[in-house]
Amino acid sequence: MHPLLNRPRQLGLYLLAWAPLAGILVYLLSRPGGLTLSEAAALALPLSLAYAFVCLSAWYVCRALPLERSGFGKLALVHLTDSALASVIWVQMAKGLAVALVRWGRFAGLDQHLVKHIPLLWGTGVLLYLLSVTFYYVLLAEQASREAQERALEARVLARDAELKALRAQVNPHFLFNCLHSISALTSSDAAKAREMCILLADFLRTTLRVGSKETITLEEELTLVRGYLAIEKVRFGPRVHMEEEIQSEALAVPIPPLLLQPLVENAIRHGIANLPEGGVIRLSAQRRDDSVAILVENSFDPDTPSSLKTGLGLDNIRQRLNTRYGQDAKISVRTENGKFFVNLQVPAPANGVSR
Amino acid sequence: MSATPDKKIRAVIVDDEELARQMLREFLAKHPEIEVIAECANGFEAVKAVAELKPDLLFLDIQMPKLDGFEVLELIGTELAIVFVTAYDEYAIRAFDIHAVDYLLKPFGAERFETALQRAKQRLGGKGPPPPELSSSARPPDQYAERIVVRDGTRVHIIPVSKLDFAEAQDDYVALSTEGKKHLKQQTISGLEAVLDPSRFLRIHRSYIVNLERVTKIEPYGKDNHVVVLANGTQLPVSRSGYGRLRAVFDQKDQRQSG
Repeated sequence: MHPLLNRPRQLGLYLLAWAPLAGILVYLLSRPGGLTLSEAAALALPLSLAYAFVCLSAWYVCRALPLERSGFGKLALVHLTDSALASVIWVQMAKGLAVALVRWGRFAGLDQHLVKHIPLLWGTGVLLYLLSVTFYYVLLAEQASREAQERALEARVLARDAELKALRAQVNPHFLFNCLHSISALTSSDAAKAREMCILLADFLRTTLRVGSKETITLEEELTLVRGYLAIEKVRFGPRVHMEEEIQSEALAVPIPPLLLQPLVENAIRHGIANLPEGGVIRLSAQRRDDSVAILVENSFDPDTPSSLKTGLGLDNIRQRLNTRYGQDAKISVRTENGKFFVNLQVPAPANGVSR
Repeated sequence: MSATPDKKIRAVIVDDEELARQMLREFLAKHPEIEVIAECANGFEAVKAVAELKPDLLFLDIQMPKLDGFEVLELIGTELAIVFVTAYDEYAIRAFDIHAVDYLLKPFGAERFETALQRAKQRLGGKGPPPPELSSSARPPDQYAERIVVRDGTRVHIIPVSKLDFAEAQDDYVALSTEGKKHLKQQTISGLEAVLDPSRFLRIHRSYIVNLERVTKIEPYGKDNHVVVLANGTQLPVSRSGYGRLRAVFDQKDQRQSG
């Protein structure tokens, strides 16, 4: 598909760009000792217009001979040949036009006068054709870079899709196995409790699936999910899990990416509470700031237990998700102090409640 | 140790989840020949119970507070029959490497449990294969120990390897020096060497492994011997080949610092 031929607007601009070239040609032909100004104009203007169309053909040559995949020798040979040929055609057109003008009776002897300008005309034709070649290569390069940008954008969209899929799959299978084992144990000792746990688990799984497919959910929805998760873990760990919440009511409606806090609370259980025979406290707090929400997840842990690599992976995952979505505007930091593990999150949340 | 008809098999259940213990108790209640003599909710309790009660059979969870199942095993030896009970299948190979009787994956049913119990009885009837060098084979090959567990009667000490100054071979034991104290552990010095990160610990002598961070200087000693001097002033002998290894490590460090 020719980039100019099928688009009238672009073609018009292209022809306009030829106007100064035609002017230069008039000047060259009418220089002292040459043609008169009117003779030069009568020749140069129609010739330029015709050559503008001849030069459109350079596009096909350029496309067939990509700059990055063709050797310099081949490029030089092909383009010198095609420009020489195009210019020969142009010179023939000039001769024909001069004869026609003489026949018309306006410019007597123009065809004779033209003869000594033919080398100049041919040279100019070659240069103009080569100029067109350069122009098309620039155009091709620009097109390639635009395509690359589109591909990059597409890749990002795909990456985000993959992220969502991964999120949906992130419910830890060992969590499920342990849950099922607890239910299995309860069936003989406390059937009602077993049923309750089945329902808790189903609710949690259903909510995870539902929110996992959304771009954002409110902090309140995420908290519901976290509470559902903790209710299940409480059946397993009994009184070892203590939960404290300090959520500012203004923060509840703030939109956040789904499954942002649940993995953090799961970490707090798996790498914190699960290693403490006496159990410990998980504290969740959230505060509305001017244009963000600050969330803190805090849990007790056993300093003697070597820190597992898995904690780092879960946090990396969240860091990456925040970065893809908010760039520098979101922050996550981690610290330990006196047997407590702190994760601080800062998620942008414009005051008018509109999320990005 | 063998299960004669007039003698009950004495079992201990170790799991940090009450419901999981309850289920094992329930399954075992159908077997009058087995007596549950203790239940433990963490690794410390397990080590204590095994040392005091000398059970025949141990149902052992892997992911537990304080000491994991493998560390418990390292401290109590494999004189008794072990059945691992866990939701994680990735430890199965490790478990069989150390001659566990069986490996129950949560959730499991009564039938699967019976199979495990039959295997345990067979093991207790005959004599199981002797335990090899336990700590080295129980550790995944690409991972070095972050801490060393030592049992002192019914007490358990956990020594982070960063706090270990040096280790000295003493017959069938190694003496671990940490923060001015010595802990004896039933292990060969080669077994210990195998689990320690070689970029942090070096065997400088047939009987000594040293924490490289503690070494302040290397001094000549006698005619053509050397000693290393640690930060706390302790001097340790260096063998000829140990001196070569020590030189190689410090030359490398020098190059890295200057390069």
